[in-house]
Parts: sequence; C-alpha cells; structure tokens
Amino acid sequence: MSDFALQLLLTFDATVRLAAPLILCAMAGIFSERSGIIDISLEGKMLSAAFTAAAVAHLSGSPWLGVMAAVTVSMALGLVHGFACITHRGNQVVSGLAINILASGLTVTIGIALFRQGGQTPPLTSGDRFGPITWWFVESFNQVPVLGSVYRELVSGHNVLVYLALAAVPLSAWLLYKTRFGLRLRAVGEVPEAVDSAGVSVIWLRYRAVIIAGLLCGVAGAYLSTGQGAGFVREMSAGKGYIALAAVIFGKWRPAQAFGACLMFGFLEAGAARLQGVELPLIGEAPVQLMLALPYIMTMLLLAGFIGRAHPPAAIGEPYVK
Amino acid sequence: MSAVPPLPRWADLVLLPALNLLAAFFVCGLIVLAIGENPITALGVMIKGAFVYPGSLGYTLYYTTNFIFTGLAVAVAFHAMMFNIGGEGQAYVGGLGAGLISLSLAGVMPALIVLPLAVLGAALFGAAWGIMPGYLQAKRGSHIVITTIMFNFIAASLMVWLLAGPLIEPGQMSPQTPKFEPAGQLPSFQAMMAAVGIKTANSPLNLSFLIALAALFGFWVLIWRTRLGYEIRTVGQNPEAARYAGINVPRVIIITLAISGALAGLMATNEILGVQHRVVLNFTAGYGFTGIAVALMGRNHPIGIFLASLLFGALYQGGAELDFEFQSITREMVLLIQGMIILFSGALAYMFNPPVARLLARYAAKREAAHV
Amino acid sequence: MAGAAEPLGSASKPPHAIELRAISKAFGLVEANKNIDLVVEPGTIHGIIGENGAGKSTLMNILYGLHRADSGEMIISGAPVQIHSSADAIACGIGMVHQHFMLVPNFTVLENVMLGSEGGTLLAEGRKETRGTLQKLADEYGMTVDADALAGDLPVGLQQRVEILKALKGGAKILILDEPTGVLTPQEAASLFKILETLKQDGVTILLITHKLEEIMAATDSVSIMRRGEMVGHRSTAETNPEELAELMVGRKVLLRVDKGTSQPGDVDLSVAGLTCTSSEGVQLLSDMSFEVRAGEILGVAGIAGNGQSELLEALCGMRPPTAGTIKILGQTITADGHSDPQIMRQVGLAHIPEDRHKYGLVLGFEARENAILGYHYSKHTGAGRLIDSKAVTAHCQGLMNAHDVRPDNPHLAAKNFSGGNQQKLVIARELDAAPGVLIVGQPTRGVDIGAIEFIHKELIVLRDAGAAILLVSVELEEVLSLSDRIMVMNDGQQVGIIDRSGANEQTLGLMMAGIAPDNAA
Repeated sequence: MSDFALQLLLTFDATVRLAAPLILCAMAGIFSERSGIIDISLEGKMLSAAFTAAAVAHLSGSPWLGVMAAVTVSMALGLVHGFACITHRGNQVVSGLAINILASGLTVTIGIALFRQGGQTPPLTSGDRFGPITWWFVESFNQVPVLGSVYRELVSGHNVLVYLALAAVPLSAWLLYKTRFGLRLRAVGEVPEAVDSAGVSVIWLRYRAVIIAGLLCGVAGAYLSTGQGAGFVREMSAGKGYIALAAVIFGKWRPAQAFGACLMFGFLEAGAARLQGVELPLIGEAPVQLMLALPYIMTMLLLAGFIGRAHPPAAIGEPYVK
Repeated sequence: MSAVPPLPRWADLVLLPALNLLAAFFVCGLIVLAIGENPITALGVMIKGAFVYPGSLGYTLYYTTNFIFTGLAVAVAFHAMMFNIGGEGQAYVGGLGAGLISLSLAGVMPALIVLPLAVLGAALFGAAWGIMPGYLQAKRGSHIVITTIMFNFIAASLMVWLLAGPLIEPGQMSPQTPKFEPAGQLPSFQAMMAAVGIKTANSPLNLSFLIALAALFGFWVLIWRTRLGYEIRTVGQNPEAARYAGINVPRVIIITLAISGALAGLMATNEILGVQHRVVLNFTAGYGFTGIAVALMGRNHPIGIFLASLLFGALYQGGAELDFEFQSITREMVLLIQGMIILFSGALAYMFNPPVARLLARYAAKREAAHV
Repeated sequence: MAGAAEPLGSASKPPHAIELRAISKAFGLVEANKNIDLVVEPGTIHGIIGENGAGKSTLMNILYGLHRADSGEMIISGAPVQIHSSADAIACGIGMVHQHFMLVPNFTVLENVMLGSEGGTLLAEGRKETRGTLQKLADEYGMTVDADALAGDLPVGLQQRVEILKALKGGAKILILDEPTGVLTPQEAASLFKILETLKQDGVTILLITHKLEEIMAATDSVSIMRRGEMVGHRSTAETNPEELAELMVGRKVLLRVDKGTSQPGDVDLSVAGLTCTSSEGVQLLSDMSFEVRAGEILGVAGIAGNGQSELLEALCGMRPPTAGTIKILGQTITADGHSDPQIMRQVGLAHIPEDRHKYGLVLGFEARENAILGYHYSKHTGAGRLIDSKAVTAHCQGLMNAHDVRPDNPHLAAKNFSGGNQQKLVIARELDAAPGVLIVGQPTRGVDIGAIEFIHKELIVLRDAGAAILLVSVELEEVLSLSDRIMVMNDGQQVGIIDRSGANEQTLGLMMAGIAPDNAA
C-alpha cells in the first residue's frame, strides 16, 4: 500500500472521529429545528455535557455513568430552552445564546470549584473513558490487501460512541419519516396550526423535540471528553456546535444529507490538521485557515442560493400562539 | 389563556427589567452558594473591585466603552428587527481596519490625521463585514442570524491567517502585528488629564470613551430624529407597511447592517487604538456577544444601553477582582451572570409580565374601591 | 371528554346535536361573545350569519376547543362536555374546516389527512388504511382527490376538499365550515354545497358560518344571527327572508344608500393598458387589463376576494412592478421595464387607502402621529430641515384628527389602541389630506362600525365631487353599487367587463363575477 493511500486512509479515519460529534449534534439540530425551534445552543449543551461526562467519569470511574450524567445535564439545558421558547415564547436565538454563554461560565466555575485545576478536569485514566473497540478478525483480515487496512483503520478501532453516532443517522431518519411522531414533528415545524387543529399538542411535541436534541448533544459532549479526549478542557467544544448547525442547513434539515455534510466538514478539519505547515505543489503552503473556514463559507453560499437552495421549516423561529 | 391586563408604563420600563435582573442575580447567587461561598461577600468584592479601588473606575469605564459600541451595534439592527449576532466578527475586522491605517500611516503623519483615519478605518471595515450579511438577508433571503454566525467564524479564520502570516511582527512568534507608532495611539485618559494638570490613577480608559458617548447621542438622533431612522423603525415593525410607504426595504436593511457593523467596528478604537496599540489575536474576547445582553437590557435605547454597559463594565472589572479574593470563584462567574441576564432579560423577558400585571391591576382595583 | 354518548331518550326524539348555553368570551376588554345560546338539530345544515367581527369565528373556535370560553355550558348530542382542546372536540365527533386552511403544503394529501389520526406508532399501516378510507369517501360523496399530490400544489377548491376529508376521516358527525366560499369560484362553491347536501342525507350535522345572505337562503335549514358578539335571533330558513336577516345582522333597516349627485367626468387621470402581472412562481395574477378612470368619477371593482383585486391595487400604487403593459397616472407612466416606486406615485398625486390597514396602512406599534406621516415622511409635514421636526409632526396629526373626526384625538396614542373604525379614519385622513388627483381604495369599510361607514362613504363622494378619479375595490357588492359610477368586475385576474352603474344590479354582477361577460359591456 502506497504511503499516499495510507495517509489518505488515516485522514479518513480521523474524519470519522472528528465527524462523530458533528453528526450527533446535527441530528439534534434536525429534531429541534424540524419542530420549529431554532437551536444555536447545540454548542453550549455539548460543552456542558463534555464537562459533566468527564467529571462524573473521573469521580465514579465509570464512563457510562459519565454519559448518563452528561445526557441528563444536556437535556436539562434543552428543557431550559424549551421553557423559554415554548412556554414563554421567548426569542429562540436569544435563549440559545444565553445557554451557550451559561455553559462557558458554568463549566469553568464548577470545574474550578470541584477540581481546582483552572477549569479542567483531571486527566482520565483509560478505565474512566471509552477505549477503541477492536472488531473481530482484524488480525486475519489484515493480510487482505487494501480491504484489510480499510477494515483495520476505518471500520474497526473506534470507541463505542462513534458507532452510536453512526447509528443515530438511520435511527433519526426512521423516526422522522416512518413514525407517527416523525410525521407530527415535521408538520409542527411547518404549520403548527394544522397540528393543533388535528388535536395534537404543539407544546408537547416541541418539548419532546428539544429533549431529544438534548439527549443527542449529551452523547456528543461525552464523546469529546471521554471518548476522543481524556478529560475536559475549557471551551473544548470549540465551535463544533456551530459547525453542526451549518451541517444541518447544508443538509437541508435531512438526516442523510446532514450526515454527508458532517463527513465533509470532518474531512476538511482532518485534512487541515494533517496539512499544517505542509508545502503543497502549485499552491505553496497549505491554506489551513481557509480549509477550516470552508464549512462556514459553503453553508453561506448555499443559504444565499448560489449553490442550490435551502428551505428552512416554514414555522421556524415563530412561537406558537393560538 | 385568560387575558392579561395591560402593564403601566413605569412598570414596563423599570419594574420588569429590575425583576429580570434580580432573578438573574438571584440564580447566580444560588450557584455561588452551592459552590460553598457567600454570594453577598462575592458581590461586595465585585463592587469594591469595580468602583472603590484606585483606578478601578477607569477600568470599569474602559470596559463600558466596549459595551456601548457593541450594544449600540446590536440595538440599531434590532430597530430594523434584524438580529445581528455578528458584532464579534465585525469588531474583529474593525480592528484590522484601524490597525492597517495606524501601521501604515503613523510613522509618516501626525496623530491628528492618523487617528481620525484609523477610527474611520475601524468603522468602515466593521461596516463592510456587516454589509455582507445585510445584503444576503435583504437580497437573497439568507437568515441574518445564521449568516452573522458564519461571518464570525470566517473573520476568526481570516484574522488568524493575517496575524500569523502577512501582518506578523517580523522576528516574533506570537501572532500579532508590530506596535503602532505613537501617532497611531489614542491618548489615554490619564495623559489627557495630566495635560490639564490633573493627576489620575493609571487605567486603560482613553479617548474612545468620548467617542462612545458621542455615538450614544448620535444613535438617538439617528433613530428618532432622522428620516432614515424612521424608515429603519418602520421596516422593523412592519415591513409591508414600509413597502406601502415607498420605503426601499432591502436598501434600508443593508444600510442598517452597515451602521451596525460600523458601530461594532468602532469597538476596536478602544481595544486596538486605545489600549493594545497593535492588532492581537482574539482581542474582541466575547464583547460582541455581550453587546446582545446590553441591547436587550437597555431596551435598544441609548440611556438604557449606557446603564447596561456600565453594569457590564462593573461586572467585568469587579469580576477580575474575584480571582484575587476567592479560591473557588473566578472571573468566569461574570460569564455566568451574563448568561443569566440574557436568559432572564432576553428569552424570558415577559415571564413576570402576567403575574405583575395582575397584581398591579388588583391593587389598582382595590384602591379604587377604597376611594368609592 | 365523553365521546358522543348514546343518550337515554333516543327512543322518543333525538337530542340536539349541539346545545350551547350562555357562552361568554372576552379578549382583554373586547367581549367577543356575550351570553350566547345556540341549538342545532342533528342532520341539518344550520347557518350562522353576521357581519365581520360579529363573533362567529370566536364562537366556532370555542366549540372546536381552540379558545376556551370564560363561562357557559356545551352539550353535544345530549351529553354535557368540556372542550378544552381540538382533541376534545374531535373526540366529541366535531370536525372543522377553517377559513385559513390547516394544511401542511409540503405534505401529500394522504399525509395531511392522516395527521392526528395515524392509527399506530408506525405510519405504514395507517397509510394503507387512510388510502382505503379516502377511496371510500371518494366513492360515497364524489370527493375525488389525488392522495399522493402535494397539498400545496392543489387549487384552493381541492385544498378545501382535503380539509373536509380530514374532518370526516377523524370521524366527524358535526362539521363546522367557517366562511367556506370566501375563496371559491361560484362553480366550486356549488359543488361544495352539493357535497354538504349529501353529507346531510348521511346524518352529518353541518354548521355553516358565513356573512353571505344568499348562501344562507340557498343551503341552510335554519339560521342563527349574530351581531356584535351577541346572538340576536334564530329562524327557520323557510320562514325568513334576506331582508329580515339583513336587518337582524346590522341592527336596523339596511339602506346603505349614499346621497350623491350624478358624476361630472373630466379628463382621464388613470389609464391602464394591457396590464399583466406574474408572480415569482410564474402564476398569472393579472392578465391583460385595460381600463380608464376619469376625474370626478368612481370606478368600482367587484369580484370574489382573491381574483386579482389586491394585485391590481398593488400594481397601480407602484408596489408591484407589472410584467407587461402600462399604467398611466396623472402623466406618470409605469411600464414593465421601468422602475415602479410608491414614493414617486405619491409625489404625482396618487393616494392609496390599502385593503388591509393592519398589514399595510399602519404600523400598529407607532404613535398616531408617526402613522400620520407614513409614506409622507419626506413631505413638508416633517419639517424642512435635515432632521424630523417632532412638533410639526404632532401638529400635523392633530390637524388630521380634528378634520376627520378621529377619536380619541391624541397624536401620541399608539395606533393599536384605536378602534378599527378610528384606525381606518386615520388612514383615510392621511391619504385624503394630500388632496390626491387619483385615489385608489381597497375595502374602505372592512371591520368598521356603521357610523364610521357612513362618514367614510361621504368623504369619498366629497373627494369625487372635488374632481378626483377614484378606483374603489370592495368585496361588498352593496358598497360597490352604492358608491360607483361605473363598475368593473374581475374574475381570475381578468376583467370580465365594465358596465354603467345604471345597468347594474346584484344579478348581473353575480353572473359577471362567475366569469360570464355581459352583453351590454361598456
């Protein structure tokens, strides 16, 4: 196998690892936004969950307890968002922003109070975090040219949360398109009056949507601190929630397309990391900053209708008033 | 939903905002309590840190300056019902404008020429960064909230690239420009006072504070006394009526966002021209986002924005003091308070409306009954 | 929330399908429903008639659980019920077809019909079942509709059919229709009434909400009349007549005859040739319209709402650029390639009283004085300087309020705090104050009380006699007949014809509104 092919394979592997939290958050965003609730608080929920997961995993020694706590905290923040936007018909963007800023402040404040390490959690030992899962027959498959390496690097060797993220895509699609809940959820983001007049509670539907969004962001956050990383560092979500939001829009609020966007954005990030300081033929030094900004630039071009058109759910951002 | 009686004007303007603020501080106090510290003591430390120690007022007003600019930026867009959360990026790029002028001209021209140009540069670059999402909203229907978020990140990438690349101080590793020549630095308050023979404590407060005060007044004139301001408010409250009135709605949206971006860009006059004297990484430090809280609390009115800026200035300066006095609470406490204020004064702004309105109505009825 | 429990006395006489006792509902200070009683017999078509704002829709929304009554009782099929949500209403066997359709445009007909009664957690089973039900309903009532078409792509008539199917699929035995013909062509309306008749034969009870007398007379068995939030009478349709109903609706003899002399037409001040407007989606909104209005005359425009009248007003005032044709107003020309701008039209002397004062004519959050300069904020009323002269603006508004009887005459009061009639007077005051050469008016008296209607009508006649060319759009035939000198009828974005007032009556106009051109077209 040539060096280039191996490099590419490793980049793909990194892509999957970088895309996993994006995927989870994008699915969260789809549920929330399809119900008509703008969710820019993906970032804050993920950050809070990352802190909670690391803290609880460190204190209890169980990454699973960490995930559960992370999900609980993230769903609680989702409920705050719901309380403001659904019950009190507050501005959804303002509420999301408040949650993001709260998350920045809370994680560090509580982190310092608990651990006195400048807002970080202590580094997690391997028992406190999710390790890679080696799949069956990796050794025997390794002999097979190409496919063996692909199996070893790309399919096997991720932690359980990555596989959970991948499973979240078909699950979300199934929920949205094949179930009663999905039909109502899609309707409530378009014409909430129709849902109300059909005898279905708009409020309860939307609450369920923000709770599901909280759940998915919770797993994403846990992945950051107990799967991908080994402990929490301040601001570790680093704008991933916003990239996921961009992926939701780029994917036109559909799970499969958003998944594709997440992979693309993950690949750009993985590539940028690998090309840092590398001289490329013709171009010169790799334009790393441009690659990192590309998700935002592309999403904007899409929003502006220069590459296709994205139609948001019709009732998004509008509080429902009977 | 049963009908809520209308709220008296004073209650709407004073009582409700005060209640929201109290609620925000109350929840923060609970959190401090949960951490095991005394919230009253913490508040005392912050107030002392913000107003009492020598030079602290200067620091408070220095932060206030930033918030006046970013708060006005958000408010002007709010009047057109546009939610500009791109103040962060606009201020960042504004710093680039100010920096480019100071870097290139300060060595060859006097301050009286360089400084006005640098201030203008900050405004123009900020405006340019606001016009783009404004254009996309007005002409292409792209949601301003999303595009301004995207522009924040694009600005961040652009500035990292510039500061670590073309603009980096030769021979240095840290991503920042060379220091401006003195002609490219705004005079500090201390220096200005010293010039008229008054001795003041050292602080980063500088001339840009006066620019901010002028901006407050200019904002009032613009919104309530000019035809453009009338058009901005009409577009914000009823775009269809604006069209009926012959107002060019897309044009007004773009102009509004340009003004908004310019105001955000002016924040750089304080940070870059007044204090850092060079363009540095991440000098905006979230002030652009705080502007949203300022505008919400200040109800998009200059007086309210000034008061809210002062509050946040005091929080930022007083919050720094927490680091010295406490083991377990730090200046991040300020972020927490800020988040709570945005939540209660913004997203939950009307939570207390129905109960307060009912209470006041009942009280008024009782008084009337007593009179009869 | 009892489903329709079989009552005890069913052997003797079936219980009332609906019985409402003393229903009251207030929104803030406005009493929308006052002590309403209503009895509807099963298997009948019962009409509820009243003017706009009489409280009909509020009452129906209470019955359907969208609003909750402040007090009163509801008895459905003999059983007292509490209806707090549409789910409760549906459980009681009530279905509703709303004035504004409740369809998800990017869902298929099937999905729309399923919504709320999917028949299980997964959709697959329910889809099959719903398809079967749709087929059955289509066979029974002749209501065929493509189950896989997107609801948003259907014409309004079919969309309404989907709404009815939705209600029937939900098991409705009582069907409420709120102003169902407002958006229908006469043909579509006729087929709707045929369907309603079949449903009635099948035992469905139908409540028909309308403000159109002819529909009540043609389709209902009995009728209740509402006025200003109160129930003012119940009649068997066979024993009443349109005159009596109209009198009950309005509260006095309706003789909205306006005293006016014959017109003295002068120069052509407004002329339209080949005017065509196409929407951005490519839908033809106006096609090939050509007409003239002379100084000193009123050209009335009649037609069912939604047949292009709104677009015509928008095109004339410069808000909607034409796709083809020309508009000439007082020497100013608007063409397809030229630039159309309401500001310029105002400057040449066009005034525009818009159809919808809340949407276009006023900024409700603004003070009255700020509304008084809407569209005129570059005029002398705002002062001569670069800044707006606040005192001049207030004085101007005070003058308008005094001259046009706007009450309360407080320029600082927000527009939203005025009554509908006074809001309209404020708009009219602003537009008439400019002493326009051409005035275009849409629905000048919609939602306005009787006293204000007379005042507004008089103002229009005075303006005509002062030599203005007036184009008046109204869906109220009576208003068109009493004010116009000539009448143009529109149908489907086209002008069916223009006839002289003397040759017009409700019958001729009715035919023309259905798209049938008259022989004596002018």
